[in-house]
Amino acid sequence: MEIKKGIAVSPGVSIGKCLIIDSEDYRIPRRQIEPSQRMVEIQRARNAFGDAIDELSGLEQAQTQTGGGRIKDIFAVHLRLLRDRSLRRQVTDLIHGESVTAEYAVASVLRRFAARFAEAKDTYISERAADIYDIERRLLRHLLGDKREDLGRLREEVIVVARELSPTQTAGFNKAFVKGIASDAGGRTSHAAIVARSLGIPAVVALEDLTEIVRGGDAVIVDGNRGLVIVDPDAETVEQYEAYSREFIALEHKLDAIREKPAETRDGARITLLGNIEFPDEAEIVLAKGGEGIGLYRTEFLYLNRPTEPSEEEHYSAYAQTVHICHDRPVVIRTVDLGADKYTQRKRFAPEPNPFLGLRSIRFCLQNLAMFKTQLRAILRASVLGPVKVMFPLISGIQELMQAKMILHDVMEDLDEEGIAYNRDMEVGIMVETPSAALTASTLARDCDFFSIGTNDLTQYTLAVDRGNELVSTLYSPADPAVLRLVRTVIQDAYKAQIDLCVCGEMASEPEYIMVLLGLGVRTLSLSAPLIPEVKQIIRCVTLEDCNLLTRKVLGMNSERQISNYLRNAARKVLPEAF
Amino acid sequence: MWAGEATLDNPVCQITVQIKSKNGLHMRPAMQFVDLANQYNCEIAIGNGSELGDAKSIMHVIGLAAGPGTTLEIHAQGPGAEEAVGALRTFIERETFDPEPPKDAK
Repeated sequence: MEIKKGIAVSPGVSIGKCLIIDSEDYRIPRRQIEPSQRMVEIQRARNAFGDAIDELSGLEQAQTQTGGGRIKDIFAVHLRLLRDRSLRRQVTDLIHGESVTAEYAVASVLRRFAARFAEAKDTYISERAADIYDIERRLLRHLLGDKREDLGRLREEVIVVARELSPTQTAGFNKAFVKGIASDAGGRTSHAAIVARSLGIPAVVALEDLTEIVRGGDAVIVDGNRGLVIVDPDAETVEQYEAYSREFIALEHKLDAIREKPAETRDGARITLLGNIEFPDEAEIVLAKGGEGIGLYRTEFLYLNRPTEPSEEEHYSAYAQTVHICHDRPVVIRTVDLGADKYTQRKRFAPEPNPFLGLRSIRFCLQNLAMFKTQLRAILRASVLGPVKVMFPLISGIQELMQAKMILHDVMEDLDEEGIAYNRDMEVGIMVETPSAALTASTLARDCDFFSIGTNDLTQYTLAVDRGNELVSTLYSPADPAVLRLVRTVIQDAYKAQIDLCVCGEMASEPEYIMVLLGLGVRTLSLSAPLIPEVKQIIRCVTLEDCNLLTRKVLGMNSERQISNYLRNAARKVLPEAF
Repeated sequence: MWAGEATLDNPVCQITVQIKSKNGLHMRPAMQFVDLANQYNCEIAIGNGSELGDAKSIMHVIGLAAGPGTTLEIHAQGPGAEEAVGALRTFIERETFDPEPPKDAK
């Protein structure tokens, strides 16, 4: 049994078999085994060779049928290499002689061959090293149970373990079978964490070297409440966790019980709680958890994990479905926020040196008008179905807002000409998530109907901290006085202009920040569905008077740590179970 | 791997040959060489000056990176050793090996 500590990013506890996935090189743990296990490992290695040979024979045959002669030759060579008796013997000898896992033996024997090939002066031979690596990966895939293309077609429940999960990978999960997520890298607001939270899957990130410790198929416990991952738990631990998991579910049920009650402070201030979603289906979860509409529909997930860009009809049907689920409740659709760590099908071949400061989000849309207009048409068409609002992300100044609105008007004119119905008065809002937008909020407020403060990006840009980089992620904090002051400015400007205001970043879902947000004047929060009951519980336990007092105190403090501690203590008094 | 030790009952057949072809012992000829070696029941080892390895292993034979002009040492021991060595010598001393599949085949 081994216990690893990481950062808890999505609550809940799961116990299950792990499935290791990795986007690039496999990193193979040298894992010692008991001598009695050697025959098992040797058999695993044999099976992997057998499976790889079957797979390649199938591929070779398919090529024969389609006449792909040259590719067929390559498969034939790989088959020969896999059938090499000396190769197989070296693998079994290593397992037998040093009591190591099949993965370790396969990787070290093949890497040794590859290294020898790579050293050859003859380029024809040295290039064969790539073939050896290819064979190694194929064998490891069979050993580790990773058929990446099958992630969406999982047939059994697993805990996904990865070095790092890309948003694309997480978007492709079959949610019915992924019971937990654990990764070496990542932070509280990395996209894998956001997706895990929205799907209600327990997740722990920043585990550093977890992938070097676990092996595919190991039993693993993911404790998304305490930020722990337990590899190979003993019977006692499993029992404890099963009990703990039952308690946790009981707390969930208790929170669910307040679903029908309003999000109202003890002194009667009514707060609106909306949900953040990625997929239309999630709107149902939002409503089930007591959400009153969708405050942030992240549409970029329509673009991920597919070979072509979505068509207007695909956009429209996703929006229509969401609006349909929400009946007459508001649905705020954010236009695509791609670039930086999420890409479209037009993924750039030359990566930008500084993607978060590069061509992302609204900037990307303004340079890809055809794509942008397709989405706007679909949103406008959906606007007749219910209270749909459109929101532009990452607006960094008035110019961008005017440009985006101009394109929206162009699309409206096109629809007029074609006689297609839409809501002419559809509300248009922006995400306030750059310091420049926050500082010019009074100007921006004149030209839009609502603000939504995106605290994740606002914090990252204000503090110049990459939220996904574990080396500096501890510096990332919405409780920093600089961030709080900017948030206050935006709220005040929204009030002065009498436009709606919502907070939709992670800050809106973390128990310790709820009081200060209410104290700053926020009355609408948008957060991921599973966290709605907990936040509502906090709101129902406090008075606006307490919140105002706390906020005045906190705004007078100069250090992030002091503010953080103060906010956490205050929240802990209100809802001890949340910590 | 190759632990053949010459005894009176079990003599080792040993030759050195040089590659005459303008191409080395690349993938395709190496495969043919290994196929040929596998037709014999005796143990066969091949090396290029340093250590000897299994001549029936494609991995080992390619790993020799035997280019044009390379001198190879072949040892065989067991039934049909002499015959095997003769056949392998004829193969290695060919003027040209079968051509490689085209480069863009990758």
